[in-house]
Amino acid sequence: MIGLFSYLVFFAIVVLILGVATLGLNLQWGSTGLFNAGIVGFYAIGGYAFAILCAPPRPELLANFGLPWLVGIIGAMAASALAAVIVGLATIRLRGDYLAITTFGVAVSIQLVTLNWESLTGGSLGLTSIPRPAPGLFESSLAANVFYLALTAAAAALTYWGLERIVRSPWGRVLKAIREDETAAIALGKDARLFRLESFVLGSTIIGFAGALYVSFIGFVSPFDFAPILTFQIWTMLIIGGSGNNKGALLGAVIVWTLWSASGTLISKVLPAAYQTQAGAVQSILIGLALVCTLLFRPRGLIGEEAVVSRHAA
Amino acid sequence: MIGQAIADGLLTGAIISLGAIGVSLSLQILRFANFSHAELLTWGAYLALTFVSFATAGASLGPFSFGWGLLAAVGLAAAGTALLALIVDALVFSRLRSQGAHPLTLVFASFGAALILRNLVLLLWGPEAHYYTTELQIAIEVLPNVRMLPDQIFVLALACVVVLALHLFLRFSRLGMAMRAMAESPALARVCGVETDKVVRWTWIVSGALAAAAGVFSGLTVQLRPEMGFNLLLSLFTAAILGGGGSLIGAVIGGLAVGLSESLSVLAIPTGYKAAVPFLLLLLVLFFRPQGLFGAEERS
Repeated sequence: MIGLFSYLVFFAIVVLILGVATLGLNLQWGSTGLFNAGIVGFYAIGGYAFAILCAPPRPELLANFGLPWLVGIIGAMAASALAAVIVGLATIRLRGDYLAITTFGVAVSIQLVTLNWESLTGGSLGLTSIPRPAPGLFESSLAANVFYLALTAAAAALTYWGLERIVRSPWGRVLKAIREDETAAIALGKDARLFRLESFVLGSTIIGFAGALYVSFIGFVSPFDFAPILTFQIWTMLIIGGSGNNKGALLGAVIVWTLWSASGTLISKVLPAAYQTQAGAVQSILIGLALVCTLLFRPRGLIGEEAVVSRHAA
Repeated sequence: MIGQAIADGLLTGAIISLGAIGVSLSLQILRFANFSHAELLTWGAYLALTFVSFATAGASLGPFSFGWGLLAAVGLAAAGTALLALIVDALVFSRLRSQGAHPLTLVFASFGAALILRNLVLLLWGPEAHYYTTELQIAIEVLPNVRMLPDQIFVLALACVVVLALHLFLRFSRLGMAMRAMAESPALARVCGVETDKVVRWTWIVSGALAAAAGVFSGLTVQLRPEMGFNLLLSLFTAAILGGGGSLIGAVIGGLAVGLSESLSVLAIPTGYKAAVPFLLLLLVLFFRPQGLFGAEERS
């Protein structure tokens, strides 16, 4: 019973963290129509920035400052934001699929940096003993996990609330106007590129925040935690849940992560150990099928975008 | 040292070119960035592996590490991969097109298709590396201080033949002309009586067959792994965009440029960062010449 409970706590924490990342993507794609195919790159920057700021110092590494948790989180968000500004300035004017290709390249390059800049990132060995908030407070690891669950739930709630406010604000309405008809928005005097850049940076900051929460939870970071599959998973969450709808983003995170974990558990129970690597392939195939089938049979997702955002517009 | 790097770069570049032609065709004729194209390379390579294992182990041809079996396998793999591309189109992309889906929806769908195709390879053939043959070869000194394996020379030569044949096909055959017309303007092509469905079909067939050739050549000169195509994805896109889409020669020169810059980069930067070189090249191109080296000046 305790085992099941602690598993559910663990599961819920991961779902909430991925949900935060999906919310960030929903701002970029759902509200603004920006195709970010490099989610995992910004997630990794957040995670690594947090690790570098907060992990205890080790002589062979450049950084590892052992700073407080909150400083790490803020630093992680700042690092992702900075990276997004640089990437955004270079790419934001590109048309949809070119932006996708470039951001995909960003993610590939970031993974190479994490793998090769050993004095900063620990190379393929990664960084270890990354702290959680309030480390000495809890006796059992279960209590610590429950506390962390409350923390991620608060983080997800805060992100959701903030984004709901933002989408309904004048700024959010301009984003949708640009997504629907960029020329018209420009004709109304809106600097479309600036709005797109702002949305890209804010969304990537949220994704970096999620990365930092994840690394702080796992307590360990290596380049292999940030495989390209994560980008696909988060996209699938958004598409299945319904892009343009923050509730949909969270729902998608629950559904896709349940599908992923349940199929993984089932396969590991049923198949002999020799076939485990191949079994991982089945999980990815299921994600791909879920994505393609949603696009074919229910393109707006489970709960799609609500038509009216402003109470003044009705 | 530089001579050897250029030779290696030309070889990688030739393989990338063959893959990039398909990406370029799909950008221009099908009008979306196909993230699943790289998986066709992987499928081509593995299909050829399966055909080779059926063939009786004949004697090697001359100085090469392989026999007639592999040559036949290349042809069969090209047909198989073209068929696979048609199946994926029929199941996914053509349905989305007929639903009038947003062009980026096709890109999402290609994400999903890529995930499925790549992991099917992993599921069917396993994660470990495969080789067509285990025969050892002796490098030939083709120029002073430049050594190449006979297989590599063969790949380079065959790639040239394939590109030349495709060039003639696009330039002179009716179908090739229809494909070029549709790349210019689908609406105008339709008005002029071009059967767009047929053109789409042949675009997949040509891209699939070339992808298979690229995959086999990559497997022959390096090794076969389930992620071999995926790792080339960025290079393929860079080559296609560098070439300016559409034009065949553009994609080929784009591919050679990517291959050369990757292999020459090793002289200047740590090997670990080699895979980021296509991306840097891509950024430069998009920044300074978004229409590509050979693209027309005006594009909306």
